[in-house]
Amino acid sequence: MSFPTEVLHLDLKKVERPAGESILNISNLNVSHHDHHILKNINLNIPKGKITAFLGPSGCGKTTLLKSINRLTDLHGGMKVKGSIKLNGKEILNGSSDLPDLRQKMGLLSQRPFPLPMNIFDNVAFGLKIQGVKNKTEITHRVEFHLKQVALWDEVKDRLRSPATKLSIGQQQRLCLARGLAVNPEVILADEPTSALDPTSSRKIEEQFLELKKNYTIILVTHILRQTVRLADNIVFMYLGEVIEQGTPYDIFQNPQSDILKNYLSDGH
Amino acid sequence: MKKAKVIEEQFFKYLLGFFTYSLILILFFIVYEIAKKGIPALSWEMITQVPKGGFYFGKEGGIYNAILGSLYLALGASLISIAVSLPVALFMNISMVRHEKILGAIRLVLDLLWGVPPIVYGAFAFSIMIIFGLKASLLAGILTVAFLIMPVMIRAMDEVLKNIPVGLFESTLSLGATRFEVAGIFFRQALPGIATAFLLGFAKGIGDTAAVLFTAGYTDYVPDSLVQPAATLPLAIFYQLSSPIEEVKARAYAAAVVLTLLILAISIVSRYLSSKVSKNTVL
Repeated sequence: MSFPTEVLHLDLKKVERPAGESILNISNLNVSHHDHHILKNINLNIPKGKITAFLGPSGCGKTTLLKSINRLTDLHGGMKVKGSIKLNGKEILNGSSDLPDLRQKMGLLSQRPFPLPMNIFDNVAFGLKIQGVKNKTEITHRVEFHLKQVALWDEVKDRLRSPATKLSIGQQQRLCLARGLAVNPEVILADEPTSALDPTSSRKIEEQFLELKKNYTIILVTHILRQTVRLADNIVFMYLGEVIEQGTPYDIFQNPQSDILKNYLSDGH
Repeated sequence: MKKAKVIEEQFFKYLLGFFTYSLILILFFIVYEIAKKGIPALSWEMITQVPKGGFYFGKEGGIYNAILGSLYLALGASLISIAVSLPVALFMNISMVRHEKILGAIRLVLDLLWGVPPIVYGAFAFSIMIIFGLKASLLAGILTVAFLIMPVMIRAMDEVLKNIPVGLFESTLSLGATRFEVAGIFFRQALPGIATAFLLGFAKGIGDTAAVLFTAGYTDYVPDSLVQPAATLPLAIFYQLSSPIEEVKARAYAAAVVLTLLILAISIVSRYLSSKVSKNTVL
């Protein structure tokens, strides 16, 4: 068994687990779909202002966990969510919580971009409009600001009125990021955001994430070890619906405890 | 082994080709027959005048009453129907996605209603009209046809909305959109399909005979209010075709040509419109 750190050419320094407050507290979370128990007794604290990566093989429940956090699990019939998820100390799994308000606090970046069926400008402006921003100059300024934030402005400034679907897939993904940032989320939920992208576009998204963690908490679902190493401050390794280990990149890559993680890392790329 | 594969491939290619081309041939034959018999009887007088004395014996007059009656009826019914169907289809695909079983039952019922013969709608509407002592009128025809084409429109839009990627739904919700705002996005995304559903309903409405037989009645005049009876093209064809007089029969074919051209025109316009708006949609 070749040790993962050699395969990945890692030289990680031991760092303390990110201290400070956590923005999300997940406790005793169980999710099942009909008879299938997808997530089993998940207990997690997500640190604020850091990048937390959910790492694990396909089908381990990473995406389901991500979607429980902004209650997109509600869209699926037969999906039962039990337990507790607290955002800034406030329970979000109650039926009574204000869903649009909750979801607006958590920007979502999906596996592949889904631009809204409108032009580039309106894609970013949509979130502002549903928040009730009416002032045209303010909207124009903020659209420009967020497109610059994701380094897309220079590429699209001359064709803001053309359909978003005309952009390349990498540009669309950055547009979706800008669209999400425009509604001022606290947390960015990214579900394998680079899986449909070419290496250059992936790198741009990763660079943006490192920039964004200054102001946002990012939860990244990924199965790419290298990406995890490059980005994550805190790694949660999942396998078959359970959290097996969590810790800093050093803990996970250079000092894995469980055999499942060791095997996963030795298969890794 | 390899030869068997080639023969199999060839066999199915020709089999499918045979069915496809024979179907097209049959359709062309129908259109050709209508055109051959109808076009000679078609005249400016025919489409601009209402029936005059002796029209049904081959004398002067036209089917202007039926053309206008059909347009009024189909347009009115389609507008009422889409106003009901669109919210229903959006509700099914936005607010009810969780309840797969109920949704399945609704779809089954709608498919059954789609298959119910129009004469049943007509007879049902007629029995209600009798209870309230109402006579055949344009309004009764419009309402009956609206109910007749509702299942068609709902299911046609439902199929389009069902195929909107769930990722778009999730992305829109994640921006903090309410279900109502999601409906706006779904509407834009599905607009070409919604236009097609409208057209489908309109075509079924304008071509329907049985539902309007009792409800809209028939008249030689152009209705100038909703409570008057109205003539329709399919009924004009039906009445004239059953005449023993050759000139009248030829006019039935001419009326069929008019009906076909109307549907063709609407079809072209709606395709053009939906291609204009579909450039923004996500695949």
